[in-house]
Amino acid sequence: MADLTRLHAHEMSRLLRAGEISSRALIEAHLAAAERQNHALNAWLVIYRADALAGADVADRRLAEARRTGPAALAALHPLCGVPVGLKDLVSVKGGQATAGSKILAGYIAPFDSTVTARLRAAGAVILGKTNMDEFAMGSSTEHSAYGPTANPWDLTRVPGGSSGGSAAAVAAFHTPLAIGTDTGGSVRQPASMCGIVGLRPTYGRVSRFGIVAFASSLDQIGPFARDSRDAATLLHAVSGHDRRDATSAPIPVPPELLSLPATDDEAAAYLRGRRLALPTEYFVEGMEPGVAARVGEAVAAMEAAGAKVEEVSLPHTDYGLATYYIIAPAECSSNLARYDGVKYGFADRSSGEFIADYLRTRGAGFGPEVKRRIMLGTYALSAGYYDAYYLKAQKVRTLIKADFDAVWAAGFDAICAPTSPTVAFPLGARTEDPVAMYLSDACTLPANMAGLPGMSIPAGLSDGLPVGLQVIGAPWSELSMLRLARAYEAITARATWRAIEPADLHLTDDPTTPSPAERKTRRMQGASAKGSGGQA
Amino acid sequence: MTTEPVVDGRSAALERYEAVIGIEIHCQLKTVSKMFCGCSTAIDGAAPNSHCCPVCLGLPGVLPTINKAAVEYVIATGFAIEAAVAPTTRWDRKNYFYPDLPKGYQISQYQLPLAANGRLTFDTSEGPFTVRVRRAHLEEDTGRLIHDELGGRRVSLIDFNRSGMPLMEIVTEPDIRTAEQARRYAEELRLLIRAIGASDAEMENGQMRVEANVSIRPRGREAFGTRIEVKNMNSMRAVERAIAYEIERQAVAIDAGETIHMETRGWDEARQSTYHMRPKEEENDYRYFPEPDLPPLLTSPEWLAEIKARLPELPAARRARYREVFGLSSYDADVLVNDAAATSLFEATLEAGPGLSPKHVANWVTGEYLRLAKAAGNGGLVVAPEMAVLVKLVADGIISGTNAKEVLAEQFATGRSVSSIVAARGFEQISDAGALGAAIDTVLAANPAAVADYRAGRAAAVGFLVGQVMKATRGQANAVMVQTALRERLGKAE
Repeated sequence: MADLTRLHAHEMSRLLRAGEISSRALIEAHLAAAERQNHALNAWLVIYRADALAGADVADRRLAEARRTGPAALAALHPLCGVPVGLKDLVSVKGGQATAGSKILAGYIAPFDSTVTARLRAAGAVILGKTNMDEFAMGSSTEHSAYGPTANPWDLTRVPGGSSGGSAAAVAAFHTPLAIGTDTGGSVRQPASMCGIVGLRPTYGRVSRFGIVAFASSLDQIGPFARDSRDAATLLHAVSGHDRRDATSAPIPVPPELLSLPATDDEAAAYLRGRRLALPTEYFVEGMEPGVAARVGEAVAAMEAAGAKVEEVSLPHTDYGLATYYIIAPAECSSNLARYDGVKYGFADRSSGEFIADYLRTRGAGFGPEVKRRIMLGTYALSAGYYDAYYLKAQKVRTLIKADFDAVWAAGFDAICAPTSPTVAFPLGARTEDPVAMYLSDACTLPANMAGLPGMSIPAGLSDGLPVGLQVIGAPWSELSMLRLARAYEAITARATWRAIEPADLHLTDDPTTPSPAERKTRRMQGASAKGSGGQA
Repeated sequence: MTTEPVVDGRSAALERYEAVIGIEIHCQLKTVSKMFCGCSTAIDGAAPNSHCCPVCLGLPGVLPTINKAAVEYVIATGFAIEAAVAPTTRWDRKNYFYPDLPKGYQISQYQLPLAANGRLTFDTSEGPFTVRVRRAHLEEDTGRLIHDELGGRRVSLIDFNRSGMPLMEIVTEPDIRTAEQARRYAEELRLLIRAIGASDAEMENGQMRVEANVSIRPRGREAFGTRIEVKNMNSMRAVERAIAYEIERQAVAIDAGETIHMETRGWDEARQSTYHMRPKEEENDYRYFPEPDLPPLLTSPEWLAEIKARLPELPAARRARYREVFGLSSYDADVLVNDAAATSLFEATLEAGPGLSPKHVANWVTGEYLRLAKAAGNGGLVVAPEMAVLVKLVADGIISGTNAKEVLAEQFATGRSVSSIVAARGFEQISDAGALGAAIDTVLAANPAAVADYRAGRAAAVGFLVGQVMKATRGQANAVMVQTALRERLGKAE
């Protein structure tokens, strides 16, 4: 058997059911890769070796039992039974940490499973560990983690994107075929784009948020990372569906067809015929790298050549997306993060002996600068006298942004195609001193969050050796169509040379002398200040 | 701090000022589970932190789900106070930091309360009075801080059992002018809430918390004075006393040239006075915004109609029925309706004895029964079917009223049946004319002087003779029959 880590999840599933591989062997191979390479990548905050192996043994027993019972019993098993999965470290796993990348949650042990965790367990998926992230999912590079930055396996001097950078890097580095991320403004799609993998943010309400550490409640959604659309669809299937513990989760059925995307390229490509794709002119923005524009243009042209109809459309309120997002998301986070006060769990500084002062010390030392910046922005936006001018106004603009999209669906388009990120992965440290430059890397993704829409990023080739993502935005609850479109695009580009290229710096991660991302970042920052230059704009 | 002025209920300053009072009442709703999670609400006497879960502890990642029963209680209360029930209502977050507030915000209703613009009418010593109710909304309770000493160190402990308990908040317009009106409003609202079954509304254990905003202004002036919030009133009596005290304290202070500053004051039951708790220099900025974890709540017309149809008879309607259908006096109707135990005993007795006169039953319930209950501090062991037997025995002249009181007292204390008590005590009246006639003959023969007095025109002498007959029959003679028979005999002999 070739390297098990190179298999797609659907291949693993087939081999597991056939009894050709064991889950234990599969998990052992992935644990070994993750443990060996995490020093250089820092994709994982914790790896649950013992629990994962125990989970693999349980899955092997279930598989063996089903094989003995017959084909119906095998078919009744979820395809993820025995398959490894990584979880962003804001997904609650009973008895495990959930730091959300923050010092303030250091030492907190979740006493319950999130709904996503419970559904993965029910499916038989094996949780390998928890992945690195920007603190409370606030960031676009994973550099705002209290536990050090994560490196991009394509170029270890660059960021993997964020905030779910650990999950994206782990999938790209073959530590796991699947991982869970969350997307509040692009935190699944943007790192997927920068790491050259598939990332999907579902429709708001598709996946239960219960047990997921909240950033901005009205924008957060939980989504899958995978190396192809079929795997992403399978993971989405496992975690989706109405949950009575989340009042914002929708009682909309999960399409069973998510488990049967076309296996052959011919069948998959046929989906493109007659599809109407919208290209929003506002998304091809100033400051977009030519390489990104070129790859996205080629991808759209390829789909057109395969029978899709492509038209330009206008989403006139796109420009207001960033400004309104940076009112609504911080407002909600300022309230959601109020519970971290050092009274009940996690980090606490009780040295003053007086509770107001202890609050200030705990929160002052427990939160990183980006989180504090957003709490301040949000507190200001909700203050008496400013509420109408900021929060209320932003909610009105949000309605307009949603109306822009509604018009596209009303005009009969199947999906919107756009770049995921205006740039490829940027160097570690390049944007940490300039919050606005960091915020701009989500300009193309956050309108979908504002409108509650599903969006995904699919690999569309390389620019100077770094991955470029094609973003597909769909109408509410159209994840299945989006995945069929993505599968079709994979089919028509199946033989493209870039598809065979593995992340360029992956071989370096096996070398224990390779510096950690934190060391690299420190060196780079020192070098930059010595040269007196601030990195790229 | 200025010295406390003399506040003795007799200040001349009271004449010059009028009080403006608004009342805020929080009621713990009688649901099985908490407001936003599945935890039991049976927290009375429970060990600290034994009734909590990740949701009411506000752990990372948890989400609230709405308790429908709590919403229905508030809507029912809204209907009962003739309020408008919102077709769409929303939840808001009230943000503030305090150790007993586990999420750092309280889920409440700010802009769109479940019910708004209601009113409540009640009787006062000066006649009926109506208070406009601004709003009734739903929110979650906080935990509780306990200041204690552990190993010689002063510590603050937190009990989160109360965290997430459902609370209904009812706020009046500043319509109330006297302490008595305030107490009567609170009493009538409590009655209403108990009738609906929304809450037991016991003030002693915090199920019902009354807060008053009290200001005064010179009579005839329209502008409001500076208001003081008064808390910690643990009984209806305390509500009236605290507000009366506060009105007078402010009047005396203003007359002495002092300025009233916004503050929160507490009622000190022992000292019968209010004391400064904390200043309220500016309104807190709670940064209210719509709770993004809960979608807006739509109250469909069908649902509202269903809740309305389930409403029980409300106190005002019940009083009217007692007066109009049963012919009770306003006083009796009030006494019955204002006491839940009396109401249910009255209704159940009538049900058990359909032929009984409601007036008779009301007399026994409001008189002897309530007297016993008040003396005992509880409802005793009286049950309605026995009460019905007792009233019937009296009405039929089987036992005397005096003896019936003793029977009721014994039943109240022991729960024994009325018939067994009557039999054991030999209380059955002699209403047999023959048996009575013999006793009367004996008494007349033995008391010629009294007979002579009566015949000489001293009618009062008949009372003495009745007493002698009762004595001879050991109280078992039917007194009315004895009197009639005596008059008859004495008249005949003339």
